[in-house]
Amino acid sequence: MLRDITLGQYYPAQSIIHKADPRIKIVITFVYMIVIFMVKTFTGYGMVAAFTLITIIISDIPLKYTLRSLKPILFILLFVAAINLFTADGTPVFEYGFIRITYEGILLAIKMSLRLVLLIVSASLLTLTTTPILLTDGLEKLMEPLKRIGLPTHEIAMMMTIALRFIPTLLEETDKIMKAQAARGADFDTGNLIQRAKSFIPVLVPLFVSAFRRADELATAMESRCYRGSEGRTRMKQLKMSIVDLKIGIAMLLFICFLIAIEYFV
Amino acid sequence: MSIVIENLSYIYMKGSPFEKKALDKVNLNIDKGEFVGIIGHTGSGKSTLVQHLNGLLKPTSGSVTVNNLNVSNRNLKELRRQVGIVFQYPEHQLFEETVYKDIAFGLQKMGLSKDEIDNSIYRAINTVGLSEDILLKSPFELSGGQKRRVAIAGVIVMDPDILVLDEPAAGLDPRGRNEIYDYMKKHHFETGVTVILVSHSMDDIARLVNRVIVMDNGKIDMDGSIKDVFKNIDHLESLGLSAPQVSYLMRKLKKIIPQIDDEIYTLKDAKNEIIKFIRKD
Repeated sequence: MLRDITLGQYYPAQSIIHKADPRIKIVITFVYMIVIFMVKTFTGYGMVAAFTLITIIISDIPLKYTLRSLKPILFILLFVAAINLFTADGTPVFEYGFIRITYEGILLAIKMSLRLVLLIVSASLLTLTTTPILLTDGLEKLMEPLKRIGLPTHEIAMMMTIALRFIPTLLEETDKIMKAQAARGADFDTGNLIQRAKSFIPVLVPLFVSAFRRADELATAMESRCYRGSEGRTRMKQLKMSIVDLKIGIAMLLFICFLIAIEYFV
Repeated sequence: MSIVIENLSYIYMKGSPFEKKALDKVNLNIDKGEFVGIIGHTGSGKSTLVQHLNGLLKPTSGSVTVNNLNVSNRNLKELRRQVGIVFQYPEHQLFEETVYKDIAFGLQKMGLSKDEIDNSIYRAINTVGLSEDILLKSPFELSGGQKRRVAIAGVIVMDPDILVLDEPAAGLDPRGRNEIYDYMKKHHFETGVTVILVSHSMDDIARLVNRVIVMDNGKIDMDGSIKDVFKNIDHLESLGLSAPQVSYLMRKLKKIIPQIDDEIYTLKDAKNEIIKFIRKD
């Protein structure tokens, strides 16, 4: 029922992207997203798209699976495309009443939707190739300098780990409660918007009750294992940069330099 | 034949790396009024099978027909009324302000009058052995055993022809356990509903049901009477299951006293058999 959500879902495989250090992956994804916003020409878009596609192929994740992450934003995608299509000024291609489609508008719509698609796909590539634990570990390490100015980086990372960890649990719980209520005659699919929203009360109340119960139990379990925050805490798995990570970083840097050279100096 | 299952297969998360075959070509018929037990270790496909009976899951292939209603149909209202499923830890589904409102949840969807609803609720409350003064309390202030019974009443109140109980006594103390099972047995006896009990407790199964279905790895491994199934103790153990406790005692007794019958699976029968042997001497 609710299993189509790819965001935050890890896809197990043995590619070099899976094995790369999470820190380098986070930085690269961040930089890559900025690069996507800097690209303006179709050549640039073509190169970014090709690069993304190659990354997907290297990562051993089926293309269909990565594209699934686009499903939830399909509406936004169409909306953005439509706005650009109908509002841009330029040479008109098609005119009917107040509707006016321009040549520039078509180009802009294609570019904008391509940009969104690339953004989402590259972001989901990060979560698909990195386990949630490694992801938050990497984030914690990257945020470490901010500790100096009093940011509780460890606590933030721990909260994120817990939140990510409980997404599948709560989804499963929701599925279970929905089934139990459906078995008692609940109906989630018919009626108008208000009736449908109301029909979720029998799901939400038990879900909140169980979320609070779980939070309470987890806190007790953590305390009884003497969890006291970051102070003096060691890790079983230390993050280590390898030569492969370095190579990935350099390859990425080269690609970005090349792209910017083509975009702005040719 | 009230439940007819033909070649039923079900695959979880088909087309992803987490794909898992939960049911594999299952064929099963259950008659009206039977009291059937389903056993099998965790992940053997019991819960998946049971969820097909009211269309919560749709067959990946094969068909499931209940009282001539096909579960693959789009409209499941009638089917859901005829098949009541009590899930594991059903008290987690309680949500209303009062017990009355919670039990009435399913009935109100059916558009019954206030009197009809009241009558059904009183009957359901009696069936699970609760008193009427509980109706105005909040379900969250009840004890664990009471919550469980309220949740079961919420399913029984719909007056289903087929009642599925998935580990209805899990996590209860021995007394709560016996009470729930006794009320269910009585309900079965009085109304003649078909009851399907999923449980890990071989003792409870042996005490309650007429027919046992053993599931293993998404397939039906054995299907027969208590005696037919539980006499294969070694095979059951190889599946990660066991026979009722008392049958191990009877087996040991037989080694010392050859004339005693060791195909005995309930405490009551064991008691009678031993008394019979002592009196004979």
